[in-house]
Amino acid sequence: MTIKEMAEACGWKLLAGEEGTDAPVDGCYIGDLLSWVMARALSGNVWLTVMGNVNAIAVAALTDVAGVVLAEDAALDEAAKARADLQGIPVYTCPENLYETALKVAGQLNG
Amino acid sequence: MSMLHLHYDVPGDDFTRAGEASGDVKHKLKRLGYEPDAIRRVAIAMYEGEINMVIHAGGGEATVDIDPDKVDIILQDHGPGIADVSKAMQAGWSTAPDNVRSLGFGAGMGLPNMKKYTDVMEIESVVGEGTTVHMVVNPGKK
Ligand SMILES: Nc1ncnc2c1ncn2[C@@H]1O[C@H](COP(=O)(O)OP(=O)(O)OP(=O)(O)O)[C@@H](O)[C@H]1O
Ligand SMILES: [Mg+2]
Repeated sequence: MTIKEMAEACGWKLLAGEEGTDAPVDGCYIGDLLSWVMARALSGNVWLTVMGNVNAIAVAALTDVAGVVLAEDAALDEAAKARADLQGIPVYTCPENLYETALKVAGQLNG
Repeated sequence: MSMLHLHYDVPGDDFTRAGEASGDVKHKLKRLGYEPDAIRRVAIAMYEGEINMVIHAGGGEATVDIDPDKVDIILQDHGPGIADVSKAMQAGWSTAPDNVRSLGFGAGMGLPNMKKYTDVMEIESVVGEGTTVHMVVNPGKK
């Protein structure tokens, strides 16, 4: 399934990086500490976080995650939006918390 | 001489630009057809080192030499240096200030990540003079 399909099914809203929304998703990683995420997130993961700054986008690019979901309406700052658009890294937002978002992802990945 | 010799200035205290050097190296390795695992290891190790220079040392320089069997990375800064390198290498050890922690840094995982993802990692640091980190990634190893 692509990140775009998953986003539609989960009700996430796209904030940036439309160009990359065809990326396939086959797993999920959750975390906010960037070096932690950098070491553990795998390519093809959807990354759930509340960290919407430019460094998070850099981490998303370096790890080749399929996309970023900012839970609990966490903000994506201007610099981060610009970087995500430039690099084609899809960033979505949703009001649910990380746990609820993860349950939705699991429903999609296992369904 | 290496096949490709690259040099980057890493500006201090500019979080919006940190990641440019490692991003560029990643891009070049991809174009040259390096295996994804080696590219990932180089990108992570170099980004951690780049960010450390920005956060802890007021910026620095990165020199990268790319060969088919080896990517050689030297990160050099003239920051405060590291008093106790073995302590700094411990997972979880961090002196990152609060403003940097609120950006998602300060897990104390950067140096351990660099060690984990490279085949060679050496730190030379003199308090008051600066820090040099030398890393090598051999594609196909680890
Ligand atoms: N280039 C450097 N100059 C001076 N001190 C450094 C440098 N790199 C690392 N350090 C010191 O070593 C500590 C550990 O570094 P490390 O990268 O492991 O963690 P961190 O940068 O604090 O947090 P994280 O990398 O998880 O975001 C730092 O907190 C800092 O005290
Ligand atoms: Mg660090």
